[in-house]
Amino acid sequence: MYASVLRNDSISNPPSTAHDSPSVFAIQGLECWYGTHQVIRKVSLIIPERRITAIIGPSGCGKSTLIRCLNRINDLIPGFRMSGHILFKGRELDDPAIDPLTIRLKVGMVFQKPNPFPKSIYENVAYGPRIWELHRDRRLDDHVEKSLRKAALWDEVKDKLGQNALTLSGGQQQRLCIARALAVEPEVLLLDEPCSALDPIATGKIEELLLELKQRYTLVIVTHNMQQAARVSDETGFLLMGELIEFGPTEKLFTTPGDSRTEAYITGRFG
Amino acid sequence: MEIAHQHATKRRIGERVISIGLACCGGLSILTTIGIVAVLIVETVAFFRHVPMWRFLTDTQWTPLFANKHFGIAPLVAGTMLTSTIAIAVAMPLGLLTAIYLSEFAKEGVRQAVKPLLEILAGVPTVVYGYFALLFVTPLLQRLIPQLAGFNALSPGIVMGLMIIPMVASLSEDAMYAVPQGLREAAYALGSSKLQVSLRVVVPAAFSGIAASLLLAISRAIGETMIVAIAAGQQPRFTLNPFVPVETMTAYIVQVSLGDTPTGTLEYNTIFAVGMTLFLSTLLLNLFSLWLRERFREQYA
Ligand SMILES: Nc1ncnc2c1ncn2[C@@H]1O[C@H](COP(=O)(O)OP(=O)(O)O)[C@@H](O)[C@H]1O
Ligand SMILES: [Mg+2]
Repeated sequence: MYASVLRNDSISNPPSTAHDSPSVFAIQGLECWYGTHQVIRKVSLIIPERRITAIIGPSGCGKSTLIRCLNRINDLIPGFRMSGHILFKGRELDDPAIDPLTIRLKVGMVFQKPNPFPKSIYENVAYGPRIWELHRDRRLDDHVEKSLRKAALWDEVKDKLGQNALTLSGGQQQRLCIARALAVEPEVLLLDEPCSALDPIATGKIEELLLELKQRYTLVIVTHNMQQAARVSDETGFLLMGELIEFGPTEKLFTTPGDSRTEAYITGRFG
Repeated sequence: MEIAHQHATKRRIGERVISIGLACCGGLSILTTIGIVAVLIVETVAFFRHVPMWRFLTDTQWTPLFANKHFGIAPLVAGTMLTSTIAIAVAMPLGLLTAIYLSEFAKEGVRQAVKPLLEILAGVPTVVYGYFALLFVTPLLQRLIPQLAGFNALSPGIVMGLMIIPMVASLSEDAMYAVPQGLREAAYALGSSKLQVSLRVVVPAAFSGIAASLLLAISRAIGETMIVAIAAGQQPRFTLNPFVPVETMTAYIVQVSLGDTPTGTLEYNTIFAVGMTLFLSTLLLNLFSLWLRERFREQYA
């Protein structure tokens, strides 16, 4: 059934990528509505494993809506509706047999505004492992340390793990949110404009971190900052008014865009 | 030109009159409060001229209306604490569960409908609750607990708890509803269930607001008069036994005020000493509650 979805010729084939990395998400003819307002139109694309895929486009074009489909967190919004297919490692994501909670265990998310819980730094990172009962006691301590190290935050917070997370700077809070997401050992990390509330130095640190995380995780980053997409991503998709105008290797999209609207956007003629 | 000018002048005078009138109303309520506090202080000082403070605080009997006079506030405080504790033990779990349901589980329409309902419930005259406790709840409880006296702390405590549920629920719900949506999304994105989001994220994040609502409820229970005056009895007794008649501070004040105690006597002055104790304890609780709510607001400003 899944294979037939991907072979369905009535929908344009998802743009294939130039490398041989297997796909984590295969999105086919995705459409989304809030009530009667359609915000995603026939979007198809493939998100390759252990790469950074960037989604760019002017604000309001549907970037957040698109990636929020990938962990089914849009399901929580009253009036949200989608059609089309999203295959996660070959399985239909909205298969009623799949518990959305377990999808979110595999697909983590970092939000635009850093949103640490008003708890200690330690408790923020331990939250996921605790609700999933992944580790206990000493092993939980080790796991929290490991997660904070992965998020390049350990050295800055190791002496104040008991301190309230809201006392950290914005950039540190965002890396804490990354550590919190990594603590449940996901395979994919969705990042919705993770740097839009941060200064350039904090942004630089996060970008560096993303390049490192790529070794182990599949990353999807939404950004309206084209330089950022160009700096960190391997693939880029350009979304305009809910339509995926172009999708392909980042370098190609930024140097020889195939669509005049992409060119207009990346050269700053609108957006 | 001239007419327009006169119009404007007239309107300015009108506005002045209204604003002065409003200021007078505001000033009146402030003056009343100052007056009450002043009377309270003067009469309390008069009381302590006859009864030393240490005896007021350490004596375990309260018999100012008898021949053998004792002036220990302890039995009245015990009675008040007993009924209030029972009330909070009822109101806290039920109020918080209602708040969690309304804020996190109910559809927006249900929430919109139930919230005003809660406020109506909070407006039922307390004398109704008092007779409900005396004539309905006590006989009902006596079937379960044979040794329960006709007047006792348990029944008015429970009914008082029911009475303050709407207040706990409504104020706690406000605090939970104000928790930023981003925190809920963060928790959902980690695979939390709805119950986990509510109990592990929303409730702790709204903690200071919830605590403030509970403190206000305690203060309300301590100050509640009618229910305990009707159903708890009027026997100052230094006990924590919920099955026997007790008297609260408020019930004592009613008893003396309605009796034929002549003004200016020591017996008469006792109600001001008790009133002062009541005033100070509820004032402290309200200030603490206000402080907590401010802190809650700052956290999410
Ligand atoms: N919860 C919502 N309810 C209704 N409309 C929404 C909601 N979220 C987003 N939208 C609308 O959907 C469109 C796309 O929004 P979004 O995906 O947030 O865009 P972007 O992230 O690219 O700025 C916008 O027109 C926005 O107003
Ligand atoms: Mg967005």
